[in-house]
Amino acid sequence: MESVPLQYTLGLSALLFSIGVAGVIVRRNAIILFMCIELMLNAVNLAFVALSATAGVQGQVFVFFVIAVAAAEAAVGLAIIIAVFRHSESVDVKNFSLLRW
Amino acid sequence: MVTQLLFFFFAACAGGSALAMVTRKNPVASAMWLIGTFFSLAAIYTLLGAFFIGIIQILVYAGAIMVLFLFVIMLLNLGNNLEADIRGTGWKVMAGGGGLVMLALLARVFAGDVPMPLGQQAGAAVLAAQQAERGTVGIIGIPLYQDFVVPLQATAILLLIAVVGAVMLAKRKV
Repeated sequence: MESVPLQYTLGLSALLFSIGVAGVIVRRNAIILFMCIELMLNAVNLAFVALSATAGVQGQVFVFFVIAVAAAEAAVGLAIIIAVFRHSESVDVKNFSLLRW
Repeated sequence: MVTQLLFFFFAACAGGSALAMVTRKNPVASAMWLIGTFFSLAAIYTLLGAFFIGIIQILVYAGAIMVLFLFVIMLLNLGNNLEADIRGTGWKVMAGGGGLVMLALLARVFAGDVPMPLGQQAGAAVLAAQQAERGTVGIIGIPLYQDFVVPLQATAILLLIAVVGAVMLAKRKV
């Protein structure tokens, strides 16, 4: 099977990561912030998979670990969001100031 | 040629869905666009020869994690009264600028002559040969249980802690 050039996949990975960064800056809904973080994790996964074609299969094993950590992070993060929602009836990040100095 | 055309198609789908995810007001619509991004990425993984990762992407990300997100959105009933969620113009400019700076930095890293300390010894041909020898799951499973046993156990403990922590955090009274 012919392959896609490495630079294209890495470029797509950079683009998705940048969109995730912009989303974290521009949104206020905590759940959508989490989704932007998942998007950034996926961009990193794409870079891992693209580089695993030249640097060995270890990249794909790392993607496996990243997915497991993302699942753990989503579970704990959404539990925190539910706890904050119960406290202030909103998921706006301005309500997340309880732990700030 | 066909592979590259398919790659460009799915790359456009992934980027467009990601942009739509950031710009939609409704959280449910955002989640749906993110699922679109995940499916496009799964197709790209398949094009890159990582078949098992593509399946895992659909099963775990689009299947499990996004169901969790949608469940929480609907549990908290966030889909109907859309308060002002996207920040003002100054923040938008800042977000665009921050995204472009990030893109430029990453492009500079990726476009340069990246030294590959892991070596060129394992190229795409080696990967394909390994895949033919050990099978699609085997090329990930065998290193996972031989070379990465300690990280695997650490991940298992992490998942256990996450499950206990999520239950503790979401309970009304501990």
